[in-house]
Parts: sequence; structure tokens; C-alpha cells
Amino acid sequence: MNVLQEGQGELVGWHDPDEHRAWVAEHKTRALKDKRTTVKAAVEEYVRDGALMACGGFGHIRVSMAVIYEIIRQQKRDLTLCGKTAVHDSDVLIGAGCVNRIEVAYAFGHELRGLSPASRRAAESGRCEVVAEISNAGYQWRFLAAAMGLPFIPSRVMLGTDTLKRSSAKVIEDPFSGKPILLLPACYPDIVLMHVHRCDRYGNAQIDGIVIEDFELARAARRMILTTEEIVDDEVIRQAPQETVIPYYLVDAVVEVPYGAHPTLMPGRYYFDEQHIGEWLRLSKTEEGVAEYLDRYVYDVEGFSCYLKRIGGDEQLEYLRQVEHLEAPLEAPWLEEKRK
Amino acid sequence: MTRPYNPTQLLAYIAAGLLEDNSSVFVGTGLPMIAGMLAQRTHAPNLLIIFEAGGIGPRVPVLPISVGDSRTFHRAVSASSMHDVMSASQAGYVDYGFLGAAQIDPYGNLNTTVIGDWRHPVVRFPGSGGANDVGSLCGRTIIVMRQDPRRFVERLDFVTTPGYLDGPGARARAGLPANTGPYRVITQLGLYDFEETTKRMRLLATHPGFSVDDVQRATSFELIVSKDLQTTEPPPSDVLDTMRDIDPTGMVIGD
Repeated sequence: MNVLQEGQGELVGWHDPDEHRAWVAEHKTRALKDKRTTVKAAVEEYVRDGALMACGGFGHIRVSMAVIYEIIRQQKRDLTLCGKTAVHDSDVLIGAGCVNRIEVAYAFGHELRGLSPASRRAAESGRCEVVAEISNAGYQWRFLAAAMGLPFIPSRVMLGTDTLKRSSAKVIEDPFSGKPILLLPACYPDIVLMHVHRCDRYGNAQIDGIVIEDFELARAARRMILTTEEIVDDEVIRQAPQETVIPYYLVDAVVEVPYGAHPTLMPGRYYFDEQHIGEWLRLSKTEEGVAEYLDRYVYDVEGFSCYLKRIGGDEQLEYLRQVEHLEAPLEAPWLEEKRK
Repeated sequence: MTRPYNPTQLLAYIAAGLLEDNSSVFVGTGLPMIAGMLAQRTHAPNLLIIFEAGGIGPRVPVLPISVGDSRTFHRAVSASSMHDVMSASQAGYVDYGFLGAAQIDPYGNLNTTVIGDWRHPVVRFPGSGGANDVGSLCGRTIIVMRQDPRRFVERLDFVTTPGYLDGPGARARAGLPANTGPYRVITQLGLYDFEETTKRMRLLATHPGFSVDDVQRATSFELIVSKDLQTTEPPPSDVLDTMRDIDPTGMVIGD
């Protein structure tokens, strides 16, 4: 095979396909068993220091924040993050000192809200190391290769750029067309966190709206913690099997956490909590502010219902539901700034 | 009579005008979204808007904050996946793509990754996101950004997204899809295309109130100026009204 170019980025999460098959044979049960547990127990069992981690959703859409807060509470360290559209998830995890390495498709930013002070400070000071660059399509195709049990998948992105030079991809001459083609290596995260609309106690899960790259990511994951707005009877799943995005054998732990994606957006349920995200963006401009935020919303919090009270309780959650359903106008501190 | 308008409104108006009816466009949040929605409400009612997280053909009710926002698949033809829409782009179904950048070079290559050395950046930006994918796979990319001498540079600190790389034929040599690449650049000063033989940026039009000198002063490379240099049309009154309907809170277009 004629290798034309090799990216110099670190290759994270790659396994030989036969090694992965052997790992699956040994560790992933096909037994239909009740996997309900607590966030605390799931993080203790499945999130190891030094692991490669990925979050389902889209950085600030449908992120399992309940698990992220618990990772911070348990002071997990030296995690490498798959920065596949990493927004609020990575910002808080890097700010809290849990993640110190990241492969970046998108990170250190908050889309329309601007750049992320905490994680940007960490990247510019070297406290969080960027191990490789990639594009969004590139990252989700790395997961697709893993989901298919393949060592790599070809694509036509990244060619000719520094993104490729700093990636873990390679370019070969396509034996069919004779043209250069990019090979994206498979990526199997050690641990994936995902928040869904509903699942049964076995982990058969359904997502309303866009699935983003969760179909591929769930299948690439070695271990997966699933949080859900509600656990439903398995008959509910069986009555609409076409809605199932994630079958149970991919899932290791199931936890029911209503509003578990707050302050990120849960399609059809609740919109971004811009007051809360705004508070984080304001406080995280300094290390003292980060500590203040984490004390108030993570360390000094007894369980997720206590957290929900602290962010404004039922009244705030009802408001977020109304904004999501276009029944109330969006209020956001950063928007007020822009209007000035 | 021209009503007062701000630079963002002018940019959105020009960007919208580039989009043809019955074509497809990959949009980001912010100004590209305004441009896409404006085109739909004026000359291009059947413009197909596609979002990278999987929203296809939505009736966008209010401006989304994120390209994965619920608003990006509100009354859409499909709420799909990134794999689906990126594959559609790779297979040739997406005609236009919008991009922004911190830096651009004469060939339309873009930097959204770092200022300074990659290992020890002075400023760390978010990276490619979907930008490299859009710049690699969409038919014609439209770049909307602010112009000043630190942004319009001869050499980028980092090539995040491919333009014409180092000139004619370079995209094909790299393996990028045929008939793709930067189509227009829109800044607060003017409108540009890429000259056919050199693939270097060429000034097509200046905005009302700006001269070629103003534009050159804001550019750190030698600019080609079209022999048929135009002045852009300011947005008409009814278009400004439509934009206000699209962004009533002024999230993107301001007041």
C-alpha cells in the first residue's frame, strides 16, 4: 500500500479489530439484565482515571451533565476527551481539572456565546494538552469505523491541510480511483456518557429528534453509562422498535435522571438554561470563580434533585420547557451584552 | 431612499443574494442562518437548508443558538444524523456552504485553530468543527468574516480548512472532490471572488463608502482588483424589515 502522507497527531482509542472482538467477547454481556443503578455507582465502576472518554449529544445539546458532575465530584483525573463538538461538557470538565488531554474537532468555544474562558485558559497555558486535530465529520467517521469493527474508514475531508498534519489519519492512493484518499482510524472510547429521552431497564434507548453521532458513538463505546429522562416498561420500546437508536447490549449502566442534561438543551423537553450557562461563563473567567461555581453546583450538592432546586427549581424548569416549545421568549445574559 | 443599516445587515443581504433557489446550503449559526432564512423569504423559497448535526430542510421558527438546536429540525423534512448530512455533502448533494474564520490567505484557505505556534498557541480557537468538512465537500463555499491586516494574511498560522491550497490544481492533487472550493468572500469592506488562472482572491465590489485603498489597507497581501469593479447595493427597506422578523431580538444583526 502506497502511504502518501501520515498525520503527526497522537492516535487515541485505536484497537486492532480482533483485539476489540476479544474484548467484547469477554466484557460485553448479551444477557437481558436489569442495569439500573445510581450515577455514583456507575461512575465509580466505569470511569477510570486516565481513560479516553466521549460525551454523547453535541457539546451543549443532550449531554449527560448528571454524570459529568459526578465525575467532577469523584475527582477523576487525567482523562483524555474526544473533543467531538465539545462545548459546555468539555469546558466544565477541563475547568474542574478532570480532563487534561483532548483530541479536538471543536473545543474551547460556546458557539454563538463566544469562546470558553476556562478551557481556553487551560489550552493556552498547556494545562490541557491538545493531542491531535480532526474535523467533526472526521471524528464521527472514526466512531463509524469502530462501530463497524473496521480498522479505518476512507473519507475525502481534511486533505491538503494542517488539520490533517496534526491528526492521526493517513493518506493513501485509492486502489480503485487512483486518487489520494484519507484513512480515518477507528476510535473506541473507553467510556461514553449519553443522555436519552427514554429507555427500558435493560438499556434499549430511544432519542427524539436528531441523533447527531450517537448511533455511531454508542456502537464504538467500550463502556457506556446511559442516563435517561425516564425509564419505561420494555413493552413501550417493543411497541415502537423503529425508534430505538441504542440496543441494550451496548449499555453497561442505566440511570433515570429527569432533567439530567441541564443546563444543556434536551430536544422537545427543555431549552438551554442561558442564565446558568451565563453564570458559568462569567464565573469561569477566573480560577476562583471556577471554584465558586463548582462548590455551589457540584461539591456542595446532595444529589441531582438538590442541584435542580439550586438552579431555580420547578419554576425555572417550567420556563425552560416553555422556551423549548416557543411559548416564552429567550432571555440570556450574553444576549443582553450583545444588545448593548 | 436608503434606510440606515449596519454592516451585519449588509453582509447578510449580500450573502443571501448568492444563494440560488432550488439549491442546498450547509449553514452555521449566526449570520449564515440569517442569510439562508432571508433567501428563503425573498428570491429562493425552495432553498434547502442543512445543519451539520442532522437537521434537514427545517422551517426555522427563531434563530438557533447551536447548529444542533431543536430549532434546526423544527418542522424539518428530516431529523437525521451527522453521518447522514456529511455523507450527503461528500456524495455531492450540497451546493453551498458558509464559513467564517480568524484568518484567510489569498487562496481562501482558512484558520480557525490557533494564532501562534500550534504547540504553544498565543490564542487557541475552537478548531475545525465542521468547517474543514464544509470547505472540503460543499460545491461552493461562501466565507463571511471581518477584514483587517491581521486577518487577511499572506500565510496562515494554521491551515484548518482548505481553500485553493497553493493555487490551481492543488485541490485535485490533494484528493479533494472535483468542482469544489471557495466561491465568494464577504467582509465589512467588500465582495471578492477567486481569479480563474491564479485562484487568488479578487475584489469584485466595494461596499458603499469604501474605496479600493481602504480595502488594500486592510489586506496584508497583494489584492487583485476586478477590471469591472462594482459598488454593492445597500439592503432595501423591505429586506431590513424581513431581517428584523428573522432576528427580532437582534441576537445576530444587533440593533
